[in-house]
Amino acid sequence: MKREIPVLITLITGLFCLIGFFVPHPAVRLLYDDIQQWVIVIVGATYVLGVANLLRINTQQVSQKSPDWPFKIVLLAGLLGMMAIGFSEGVKYSDDGSKFQWMYNRVYSPMSATMFALLAFFIASAAFRAFRIRSFEALLLAIAAFILMIGRVPIGNAIHPIIPAAADWLMEVPQNAAKRGILIGAALGVMATGIRLILGMEKTYGSGEGS
Amino acid sequence: MEDRRPRGRVAQHQRPGPASDSRSQTLNATARPAHSRFRLRWLLASLVVLVAVSAVDAAAFPIEAKDTPNDGGKSVTLTWTPPEQHPARWILVRRERGGAFAPVVTLDGALARYVDEADALTNGASYEYQLVADPADPPRDSDVSSPVVPSPDWLDSTKANVLVVTALFFIVLFYTINQAHRGRRWTFRKIPGLVAIEEAIGRATEMGKGVLYVPGVQDIDDIQTIASMILLAQVSRLTAKYETKLSVPTNSPAVYTVADEVVKSGYQDVGRADAYQADMVRYLTSEQFAYVAAVNGMMLRERPAANLLLGAFFAESLLLAETGHSIGAIQIAGTANVHQMPFFVVACDYTLIGEEYYAASALLSNDPLLLGSLKSADTVKLVLIIVIALGCVLSTFGNPSLGAWFSTQ
Amino acid sequence: MNLASIASLDRRWIFLAVGLLVILPLAFGFHIAPVEPSPRSRGFYDAIEKLPEGSTVLLSGDYDPSTIAENYPMHLAAARHLMRRNMKIIALALYPAGPPLTDQVLHLVGAEFGKKEGVDYVNLGYKTGNELVMSSMGSSIPRTFPVDRRGIPVSEIPVMKGIQNYEQFSLLVNVSAGFPGTKEWVQQVVSRYHLPMVAGVTAVSAPEYYPYLQTGQLHGLLGGMAGAAEYEALINRPALAMRGMDAQSLAHVFIALMILLGNLAFIGKQPARRA
Repeated sequence: MKREIPVLITLITGLFCLIGFFVPHPAVRLLYDDIQQWVIVIVGATYVLGVANLLRINTQQVSQKSPDWPFKIVLLAGLLGMMAIGFSEGVKYSDDGSKFQWMYNRVYSPMSATMFALLAFFIASAAFRAFRIRSFEALLLAIAAFILMIGRVPIGNAIHPIIPAAADWLMEVPQNAAKRGILIGAALGVMATGIRLILGMEKTYGSGEGS
Repeated sequence: MEDRRPRGRVAQHQRPGPASDSRSQTLNATARPAHSRFRLRWLLASLVVLVAVSAVDAAAFPIEAKDTPNDGGKSVTLTWTPPEQHPARWILVRRERGGAFAPVVTLDGALARYVDEADALTNGASYEYQLVADPADPPRDSDVSSPVVPSPDWLDSTKANVLVVTALFFIVLFYTINQAHRGRRWTFRKIPGLVAIEEAIGRATEMGKGVLYVPGVQDIDDIQTIASMILLAQVSRLTAKYETKLSVPTNSPAVYTVADEVVKSGYQDVGRADAYQADMVRYLTSEQFAYVAAVNGMMLRERPAANLLLGAFFAESLLLAETGHSIGAIQIAGTANVHQMPFFVVACDYTLIGEEYYAASALLSNDPLLLGSLKSADTVKLVLIIVIALGCVLSTFGNPSLGAWFSTQ
Repeated sequence: MNLASIASLDRRWIFLAVGLLVILPLAFGFHIAPVEPSPRSRGFYDAIEKLPEGSTVLLSGDYDPSTIAENYPMHLAAARHLMRRNMKIIALALYPAGPPLTDQVLHLVGAEFGKKEGVDYVNLGYKTGNELVMSSMGSSIPRTFPVDRRGIPVSEIPVMKGIQNYEQFSLLVNVSAGFPGTKEWVQQVVSRYHLPMVAGVTAVSAPEYYPYLQTGQLHGLLGGMAGAAEYEALINRPALAMRGMDAQSLAHVFIALMILLGNLAFIGKQPARRA
């Protein structure tokens, strides 16, 4: 029963939601909309579990003086500090000049942007290290990459207007066609995976013995 | 109907009668010359025609009210052709059959369509509508529409194309399942990335290092994350069997909950429940780049020998892959996010692209029923390829109907 | 130094080169090439330009600080264009960390054009639910967002007077970093309510939306900082994105050279292996 009940719940709700996509009648649609709201509520409730897990693991590592434990203190201080500041300011936490806003603008925002900015360095090193022209197809890919990289910035148009035009054509025609093919295949993969889950064919992630 | 504009106003202007007789008497009394009388009559007749024409223009025009199709009811679609000389605004009025008209909304004078979805509408009740000119000008008002009954529909016909393809998929699927039950087996091409998963775990075991499994950055309601959990079950069985350390950092509490259960089950399935540790699966943070920074930190500290990046990834894909490469780990990535595939292809040792990623769990399990579902997806893809080719040919020769049928609303 | 030895180049030299190529143009402001707007950016510009003055526009800033370099300049430029044309702006964000950025944009541009919050624009803030929020707004925006970001009931906000659902908007301007974003707005709103839409997205995800441009579901598209720079050129207000284009030009050329150099180094190693 421990395995059968979750499979049954998945089957009933999965088929219901599949049917609900095609049926606008309120007899079906109202419950369909409610189920989607329940998902949001359930996911929201799991945040409590997630924060508890975070606190448990990191406090354990601090108490056991695991490698790099001082960084765990920084993590815990950041987590608890932001929560405390936000709660203390109540609904005014997002006002201009609030402490929460200060932390957001001076700490969180620059750090987030910095992580994204690292991509520029990593792209350059990946381009140097890994982009090897070992075949004719790879050569075509390299030529397309050159045209696009130069065509997408003002310097491309300054060299010759045909470069950005060629870049646009590459993006709108061959790239689009290939991408659509991948998307159609992926969509069919999604359908197949979804149907396997709904019909209980996918047993591998089931709980407990004998799966 | 009693509220309709009387159409007789035009007829009155055109009808010969006392007015014209008195005008002719007056004209006769002045004894004007014949050609002047003709000119005057001609002038009067032109005036009459002009007034008649403008009266026709200002006469009622029809308004069509229909139950809005493909909806849950309580909605009426109104269409009309606004007259050439329309007022600045229309006040749409509505009444339930037998009741009095009440205003619903004020509309721009040039509009030709409106969908009434007011809460006041009741399914099954009969309503009538009229457009009233604003500023008030009764001759310009529309006719009263014929009665309309809003009602909910059981099927959204605009999704017929999706229903047909879905039904086709189910039919083919049940056929292949039936064939699988009868012992039929299909062969599929080898996907190097899948073969490499077990090799990567074996390599990690030999080196005495761990395996890092990153299930993507989306929440549990994303199908890529669900597919990742299915693969995690397989991977956890292998790491349990080989006694390899497994780390699964998650970026969502819901994913953490499911992943933890999956790993625990995987270890129990191979009889190694004792080897399972609670901190194998960890929730780090829900912030995308904070998560990436934390995972990179884990890579640099723990130095796993194998990185499995299987799930939905966005901008962080290259950050993860490059850091993984820098520590010398073998990297197998899989995602259906088209815009991140190039980064994984360049930076990882093996990449599962799009549907290869979704097929992975079926291929790894080698279960005939699951392989049958893969076969059904391939069959439907073949049908779609034929339909696309046919649609292209038809469109080229000026018949876009097949392509139009497939367009979604 | 021969070609084969280049293959073992420490990547920190590459990092240093990229850093200098990006910092120097930003620091010294030298100009490499003018920005030429593309048809996609022109579409974005024209969609706003041809709206009647005083129209109400829905501005959705679906991004957070991680993509600030790409999305913030286009958000700012769009707000400038809209306020210059005296549009009423109803703004929201579907990312939890998005509302402060929307506030920043609206307050900054509002001060430039003398616009008042509540009268000319409003920030409805963030709502969890992704596509559900979009769908719910189609029924009733006041029910979905009963208060704005400041906590003021929307019934008391002048610019929200008469705003019930998408029917009252002339255009949807979406600035998006990924999910939820442009694709979801097209699927949930453009397809169902036929609201005209333009989008500004990160460069890496821009190709994903080309099909929507081709079908007319999107009237214009800004891709990354380059798209934002093109738009700044069109509204004749060079700002953050324009300043960044010179750095981006040099970085792109450098990466192209890195591909070439990496392959030359790879070829340089080949004869030694064959021997």
